[in-house]
Amino acid sequence: MHISMKIALKYIAVLVMLVGFVSCQKNSRPNYQYMPNMYEPVGYETYQESDAFANGVEAQLPAEGTIPRGDFMPYEIEDTNEGYEEAKTNLVSPLDSTMVDYDEGKILYDIYCGICHGTKGNGKGKLVEREKILGVPSYDDPGRAITTGSIYHVIYYGKNTMGSYANQLNESERWQVVAYVEKLKADLEK
Amino acid sequence: MPYFCMSFWKHDLCHICLKKSYQSLEDNSTQNMKQVIYRNLTSKILSLGFILLLTFSTSLNAQDGGPQAGDPANGKSLFNANCAACHKLDRDMTGPMLRNVEARLAEEGLDREWINAWIRNSSALIKAGDAYAVKIYNEWNQTAMNAFPQLSDQDISDILAYTAQPPPLPPTPEVGVATGETAGSGISNNLILGALAVLFALLAMALILVKRTLNRFAEAKGIEAVAETKGKPIWKAFVENQFLVLVTAIFFLLASAYFVYGYFMQVGVDQGYEPVQPIHYSHRIHAGDNGIDCKYCHSSARVSKHSGIPSLNICMNCHKSIANVAPETLAEGKAEYGVDYDAEIQKLYEAVGWDGTAYTGESKPVKWIRIHNLPDFAYFNHSQHVSVAGVECQTCHGPVEEMEIMYQHSPLTMGWCINCHRETNVKVKDNEYYTKIHEELSKKYGVEQLTAAQMGGLECGKCHY
Repeated sequence: MHISMKIALKYIAVLVMLVGFVSCQKNSRPNYQYMPNMYEPVGYETYQESDAFANGVEAQLPAEGTIPRGDFMPYEIEDTNEGYEEAKTNLVSPLDSTMVDYDEGKILYDIYCGICHGTKGNGKGKLVEREKILGVPSYDDPGRAITTGSIYHVIYYGKNTMGSYANQLNESERWQVVAYVEKLKADLEK
Repeated sequence: MPYFCMSFWKHDLCHICLKKSYQSLEDNSTQNMKQVIYRNLTSKILSLGFILLLTFSTSLNAQDGGPQAGDPANGKSLFNANCAACHKLDRDMTGPMLRNVEARLAEEGLDREWINAWIRNSSALIKAGDAYAVKIYNEWNQTAMNAFPQLSDQDISDILAYTAQPPPLPPTPEVGVATGETAGSGISNNLILGALAVLFALLAMALILVKRTLNRFAEAKGIEAVAETKGKPIWKAFVENQFLVLVTAIFFLLASAYFVYGYFMQVGVDQGYEPVQPIHYSHRIHAGDNGIDCKYCHSSARVSKHSGIPSLNICMNCHKSIANVAPETLAEGKAEYGVDYDAEIQKLYEAVGWDGTAYTGESKPVKWIRIHNLPDFAYFNHSQHVSVAGVECQTCHGPVEEMEIMYQHSPLTMGWCINCHRETNVKVKDNEYYTKIHEELSKKYGVEQLTAAQMGGLECGKCHY
């Protein structure tokens, strides 16, 4: 009997060790690295914390008054009711008919706008159908009567519940989306 | 031996009571799920209320001789389509909350005509200098309300009827109501399994005991069970056979070498890494259930080296108006993942500095924990793969739309990269950049479709420089 108990104890010990070994593999912490200084960058990483910057993070806003390189035009109309009216009446697209690419516009529209406004622009996107976000108007809504300028203005600043999409779409992409939205609007009004 | 037996028993009993308490926990959770029945009940009470309300309001309207009684059901769909972008019933949003708005305006001395004028063209009313219109416009930071000329008198009275409905009662979990069939079946399944486990344990015990008693009987009666022939013990025979010892030694060496190799090869590989993030963000709900495109949030994957972590501003595109998850989702989160999704949304509001209607300006960064991390000596560019090659995000990141908690799906080792470059054809369609080189190289290799590897995707300098 004593022998059998000893054997049982041995088995239990082995089992405990196995369980212990397996449970040590925790997925909530990263694995060991061999020579980590080969892995870690010398320069700053995109979202890194660092004391070198004012608020302790590497990600910084561009200095005030600077503009990025490339074909960039600052958007000078202000985010006010007057600004909206001004954009609605005066702002026109820099794209001429040869530069408008509905394929690109559709890809971008379906990613960023279609989820609420619907792929047809009728205000019935998936989030609206699932009643997560409500009150999304159709593009042919007569009360809003959207124009090229007002579409761009609203993409840039957002309006009411809609947020700004200026950081997800760059200037030329925004104008492509505007062109595509106008196409959808025309299709709805048919 | 009896002591041993006793302790064993105690242990087993303990197991049973543990199981029991676990079951009662489960009971609770299933009871929470059972609110469905109760909600039906409330909706019934509500609809009864509507009927009462309807009859009441018709009589009132008949006296006034105004427009026909509003239909709250139609009003709800109109409200959701036109008003809900800025107004909620019980919470201020872009515009004020609208529960019982007609009654509240009546207290200010404003009638249906004023409401109609306001809804159809509020800015005209403000320009005309209507005192209350100007006051409310200034109170709400001069946010202009859209004009709704298309709404008829009937539409407006429908909407007002919808806003006049009493708010739904907060669902209070009732213990008495919630003992249904589904809960019963869950319990019985667990019970049966537990009982079976206990039964098997008992059987095993009984067998051991029986064997012992039989042995003791045999001893007492002087019967020798089966005379064991005392030969050479097996280990002695083994040690004497040198060939066998050699073979076993080699086997053990190889086996341990295999495991040691396996261990060393996984150093630095973080496949399956699943850290706990500061805010519990469920890709399952966002990308899976709601079908939001990956690039909606990770927009820089299209155009830059990094697939950026979305700024909280992008969360707020939707969560400005979504402060609470659906009750089913909330219950599911609590039961299956132990997460209160509403509390997680509150964490977002705290980080971004949102008090429910406006930004307070006091934000603090969320310290997300990076999961996918290539070593510094390897270059990887997202836009090259996402925009140019058109690779689906899931090819490398796995079924993200099913992940409640994000984890690293792929090993991200060099062998893994190279394997994909060898197997994947270059996407040349609609890409003039590749036309000429593809023509010449495919002629050289005698193939119709070039793989990424044949286009130079295995050159060291492509990723290491």
